[in-house]
Amino acid sequence: MRPARLTVIAAASVAAALTAVTGCSQKSDAGGDGVIKVAASDSACEVSKTEFPSGKVQIDVENKGSKVTEVYVLFPDARIVTERENIGPGTKASITAEIKAGEYEIVCKPGMKGDGIAQKVKATGKDGEEKRSPEMDAAVAAYRAYVVQQAEETLPKAQAFADAVKAGDVEAAKKLYAPSRIGWERTEPVAESFGDIDPKVDVREDGLEAGQDPAKDWTGWHRLEKALWADNKIGDEEKKLADTLITDLTDWQKKVGQAEITPTSIANGAKELLDEVATGKVTGEEERYSHTDLVDFKANVEGAQKAYDVLKAIAAKNDPELAKQLDTQFAALNTLLDKYRADKTSYEFTSYDKVGEPERKELSDGVNALAEPLSKLAAAVAK
Amino acid sequence: MSESEPAVQPEAEHNDGGRAVPSRRSVLGWGGAGLALGAAAAGGTVAALGTGSDAVPVASAGAAVPFHGEHQAGIASAVQDRLHFAAFDVKTKDRAELVKLLKEWTEAARLMTAGRPVGEGGFGGLPEAPPDDTGEALGLKPSRLTLTIGFGPGLFAKDRFGLENKRPEALVDLELFPGDNLDAARSGGDICVQACADDPQVAVHAIRQLARIGFGRTAMRWSQLGFGKTSSTTPDEQTPRNMMGFKDGTRNIAGTDKAALDKHVWVGPGDGSDWMTGGSYLVARRIRMNIETWDRTPLGEQEDIFGRDKGEGAPVGKSKERDEPFLKAMKPEAHVRLAHPDTNNGATILRRGYSFTDGTDGLGRLDAGLFFLAYQRDVRKGFIPIQRNLAKSDVLNEYIQHVGSAVFAVPPGVRDKDDWWGRTLFA
Repeated sequence: MRPARLTVIAAASVAAALTAVTGCSQKSDAGGDGVIKVAASDSACEVSKTEFPSGKVQIDVENKGSKVTEVYVLFPDARIVTERENIGPGTKASITAEIKAGEYEIVCKPGMKGDGIAQKVKATGKDGEEKRSPEMDAAVAAYRAYVVQQAEETLPKAQAFADAVKAGDVEAAKKLYAPSRIGWERTEPVAESFGDIDPKVDVREDGLEAGQDPAKDWTGWHRLEKALWADNKIGDEEKKLADTLITDLTDWQKKVGQAEITPTSIANGAKELLDEVATGKVTGEEERYSHTDLVDFKANVEGAQKAYDVLKAIAAKNDPELAKQLDTQFAALNTLLDKYRADKTSYEFTSYDKVGEPERKELSDGVNALAEPLSKLAAAVAK
Repeated sequence: MSESEPAVQPEAEHNDGGRAVPSRRSVLGWGGAGLALGAAAAGGTVAALGTGSDAVPVASAGAAVPFHGEHQAGIASAVQDRLHFAAFDVKTKDRAELVKLLKEWTEAARLMTAGRPVGEGGFGGLPEAPPDDTGEALGLKPSRLTLTIGFGPGLFAKDRFGLENKRPEALVDLELFPGDNLDAARSGGDICVQACADDPQVAVHAIRQLARIGFGRTAMRWSQLGFGKTSSTTPDEQTPRNMMGFKDGTRNIAGTDKAALDKHVWVGPGDGSDWMTGGSYLVARRIRMNIETWDRTPLGEQEDIFGRDKGEGAPVGKSKERDEPFLKAMKPEAHVRLAHPDTNNGATILRRGYSFTDGTDGLGRLDAGLFFLAYQRDVRKGFIPIQRNLAKSDVLNEYIQHVGSAVFAVPPGVRDKDDWWGRTLFA
């Protein structure tokens, strides 16, 4: 099935209908020019109004400072509503965004570093009046429950792993490492939506930003993975990092329930999980020391499957052919993965360094076979 | 503008669901039209020189080559500048799924060869879904894109798609020739698609769209980019040179020589497999050249190895490139002498190869050579005897190595808008 045929004009109306269904935005229900002026300098972030009607909002930024700056509109949980980077000194930029009623922060970051300067703002309007579909609401609720459950189940497993690290028990820590990551890997797109947590817990050494020092700034699972498998020892630094990991994961568990989830974000999240597999796991980059890539791989696929499952009733109604294809390809990929574990109830998979090139190609083909139709799920849901 | 308009499909065919799909060409406006006008005039001159009834003129570089016809385009068609060749493994076990895919591919090929995007196009759809077309060819001309499909031996295997009785005898598994150093990851494949165009982006785009449509049913096994055509099917054009600096394809079959095509290239009625009538057989070989050692070879030796001079391309003892070669004047192991039909009981093939350079090989050597494509009526009477002869004795072997190999049955052309690639095999 094809997505609806669209002229440019029709596209606009469909997009509007889509956002209404998914609750992404609302039409402005008040007058006014809707323009907010932001005067950014090296030490200030002045906004022309702190209250404005919800809907399409225009933010005109003028950088009066001496440093390049960036401006964000953030949800209360620090997720990004919209952003504009690289606004040079003495220049202006205009940002437009659909903002629904609620409280936000407008943040200027002079020099594009650090926490920046925040201003609390409020979008006023009557949210909750858009037509809601009970089956979409049910899908979102089911997925939200899943995400929360995954975080809750992850913490004790991560704690056990951290405890083994703190006890200096390399062998025990190695065994507990991969299982401690499963819940995170299943819900990674949601976990990643909290932009500040992912770089703390799941970054790889080459993912550090310029100027960051691996010895000081590298935290999280993969730092410990390297210590356990490449260095084969646990030092004081690693013991501290085990505690940091738990602190950061606790933060994740607290925030995850408030994540903004829509039917289309669930659908595209499923696709993103397969993207994770295609770019990081199939190549063996993700778990380059432990070679537990297939555990992450399986967890990513399970997370994608859960996302599909909660949307399946909607998708199957709108695009039965696509649902059939997805059923087939999920089954095929799971069958393929089962070749790499003796016990289908366990997460003990073949070490990825023992998986040859032709088999990796086969896995990659399997991922492409699923990811391509999965990329069409959002359209099928939004129809 | 109408007189200079290349032969694209009528607009009505693409008026899908009431929405006219814009041609990439139409985006170009007057600039594009002006270019096409001048080039079309040149094309007309060439057409007038052609002799055969199915003469294929050298169209303007931006024009569209008709997709429908008795034979597939991309074989006798004037050779374009660029190649993207892809071999796919078929992953589905379901014959109906495979047939469905071939129909979807045909539809996409029909659009792309006319210079149009696939499906609903590259933009204008739902913002939350990826577009049907990846978009990198938007605004580019059709660029004489041809897409040519072929079926490999694996497709006819027992217990696969019920085609075992339809495997043509002429579609043989190639033997391992002396000196072959074949890489399985660059060899074989159930289906191949040859994309030729004057613009590399158009050729790459075409294969990418087909791969995307195929995911889940097919997986790309290997692909090869090519440039600098090394054989010409248009003798009135200058003969191109290969990576060794020699003119390549002087004695190739002309795309306008209907008699030679019927005799050596097109499968005729009664040749063994009725579904192949009007088709051809394709052999693809990735031939790596030892570029650095070749470049250190004295000119005289280079010319002796080929049996032609480097500047003019004239055979030994003759002065003009197209003078009839006197084989006995050449060294007994000269390449041209060994490859000549007279040395091989008349074996003649249509070559359509391209040069390739895939960077360096890690030892600082250029990973370059010839991606050899040969079309023939019967592989057993075409490529095989010639290659046996060459593999055994050719002095050129010191400087080349065959590293990839594949063979395909190339079905006849898609006749009209209701027809599809492979119908005669699967219907």
